[in-house]
Amino acid sequence: MIKINQLNKEFESRVRLGIMSVLMVNDWVDFSEMKGLLEITDGNLASHSSALEKSSYIEVKKEFVGKKPKTSYRVTQNGRQAFTEHLDALEKLLGR
Amino acid sequence: METKNYHEDLSHIRSMMERSSRFISLSGLSGVVAGLAALIGAAYVYFVFKREGIDYFEGERNFFAPALVKELTFIGTVILLVAVFSGYIFTAHKSKKKGLKIWDATTKRLLITFAVPLLAGGVFCLALLFHHLFVWIAPTTLIFYGLALVSAERYTLTDVKYLGYCEIILGLFSLFFLGWGLVFWSVGFGILHIVYGLIMHKKYK
Repeated sequence: MIKINQLNKEFESRVRLGIMSVLMVNDWVDFSEMKGLLEITDGNLASHSSALEKSSYIEVKKEFVGKKPKTSYRVTQNGRQAFTEHLDALEKLLGR
Repeated sequence: METKNYHEDLSHIRSMMERSSRFISLSGLSGVVAGLAALIGAAYVYFVFKREGIDYFEGERNFFAPALVKELTFIGTVILLVAVFSGYIFTAHKSKKKGLKIWDATTKRLLITFAVPLLAGGVFCLALLFHHLFVWIAPTTLIFYGLALVSAERYTLTDVKYLGYCEIILGLFSLFFLGWGLVFWSVGFGILHIVYGLIMHKKYK
């Protein structure tokens, strides 16, 4: 019996999967780097990252470098666990 | 969602993790060119020795005149520049073909991790030069270069660590045969690079 409800709804979008994947293997990643890696628009990244922040899966840091604002992301312990469970569920679903 | 989408999700996750943490455009061909440059350089040095009346494979190799040391340093620098430049050209070409950026956070991390052992080794060698301990230079460069490769492995193709291990072993081995630096250099920087480059080129074409 496949338990589809084990899959985390928060990670359904491709962009969120991408953000989480990048953060799983990196420390702080800044906005423009993330944007370049995922090849998405500013607005797209901003809305998905704030959703992930709301569910406390990622941490957002805003700071100024000179006069420019810089936003960076990092995965939280909570997010790491949730994403790992999501991956496990995905793999089970695919019968690996 | 169908199963097919989950498959795509998984491969997307894998490629994102890979792409964001490792610099994978390092070209095998650049290894081959670097190796060739090293071999040609070594051959040239051999003839420089001959011109100076030193038969490399015979006799004492512990004393070099200051002018000769200068010339050898110059040759070494030229080889290094050729190797680095050709590495850059081939790697940039491969990056472009794959649609990857050559200069991003991963490259930066890779270069820093690589540079730390290398700089330490460089200063160490300068000190050896300063103290006229020439025969120790070849083993030192091989060992530190190997250490740099092993430490850079985290941010690029994992295969470089095997090249690193080979360089370290060769360097340690050469410590017991001081004075044969040119031979060990040719093997370490020439032959090993060419072999590694060809294997990589075949594997990641």
